[in-house]
Amino acid sequence: MTTVELSSYLALILVGFLPNEIWRALGLLLARGLNEDSEIVIWSRAVATAILAGVIAKLILFPTGALTTIPLTVRLTATACGFLAFVGIKRSIFAGVLVGEAVLLIGGFIFVR
Amino acid sequence: MPASAAFSSSTAAFFGGVKSALTSVFFLVIIGTYIGIGALAHDFGLSSWWLALSSILIWAAPAQVILISALGAGAALFEVAIAVSLSAIRLLPMVVALLPLLRGPDTRLRDLLLPTHFTAVSMWVESLRLLPAMPQERRIPFCNGVSVGLMGTAVTSGFVGFYLAAGLPPLLAGTLLFLTPMSFLMSTARNAQMMVDRLALLLGLVFGPVLASFDIGLDLMWTGIAGGTLAYAVHRLREAAA
Repeated sequence: MTTVELSSYLALILVGFLPNEIWRALGLLLARGLNEDSEIVIWSRAVATAILAGVIAKLILFPTGALTTIPLTVRLTATACGFLAFVGIKRSIFAGVLVGEAVLLIGGFIFVR
Repeated sequence: MPASAAFSSSTAAFFGGVKSALTSVFFLVIIGTYIGIGALAHDFGLSSWWLALSSILIWAAPAQVILISALGAGAALFEVAIAVSLSAIRLLPMVVALLPLLRGPDTRLRDLLLPTHFTAVSMWVESLRLLPAMPQERRIPFCNGVSVGLMGTAVTSGFVGFYLAAGLPPLLAGTLLFLTPMSFLMSTARNAQMMVDRLALLLGLVFGPVLASFDIGLDLMWTGIAGGTLAYAVHRLREAAA
């Protein structure tokens, strides 16, 4: 194993596993008393949702690797179509992802070649 | 699941759990999500075994996506840890809500360690749906079975996505990478039942790229705190006005 590989495993434990697992451990310790509607839970869920949304937008707008070969307009059109399909077809995750992927593939096929 | 109440042993309950994992709606969602994450890990130069270990140890797709994209982009380790941790706060109330269903008079703390580690949105939704119909002594093995079934699916799909991304032409590899933002966008929107969650989703979608393009550092953390707190403030103001 190279140093770079070893440090990626170290990073996995220190900045991936531990900061994630601590909330499960705290949940085990607290185990009673907090309910889903308490204000701190609503706020923390909003913070987590916003972070995740930020990651989603960055992956679409500033991608790396293979996704950069597909133009921004195609990526945005595919996202919009996928989301409309999700909303229109009974809030189905499967339908939304399928339509988004199909539009990306067709758009990429037309514009990249 | 009419048969779920009638498991004759803990082993039967465990395999009943595995079976219900493989027939759950989350089975397909996890396949799609983890094929995408596999492609992402390949794209950011991490190894397939690293990804498998991260699926077992972290077992939270949002945290894994944040970790992979931030590590791969060379973000400061402190920033990565904060962003991962902020994304994981939701696990705390989920554990708090799940454990009372599992705990009986004779339950030892160490019996709860695995279900605690296994807690994630998919397993949690399935457990809360299926456990109440079951006698208490079968619940922990059933819950572990559901989790092992879903986690095994995630690990396998991660390998599939990783090696597909390595071998496919750029357009198809790009389509695989697109699975991650798509499946996360839809599943987050679906989970966002309350107005505060929908507003947080919208604000995060806007703040994330804006703060990232200003290059101020810790942009994910600020996206979460600013977007989440603003959404929460609007929610409180509307409640006060109502």
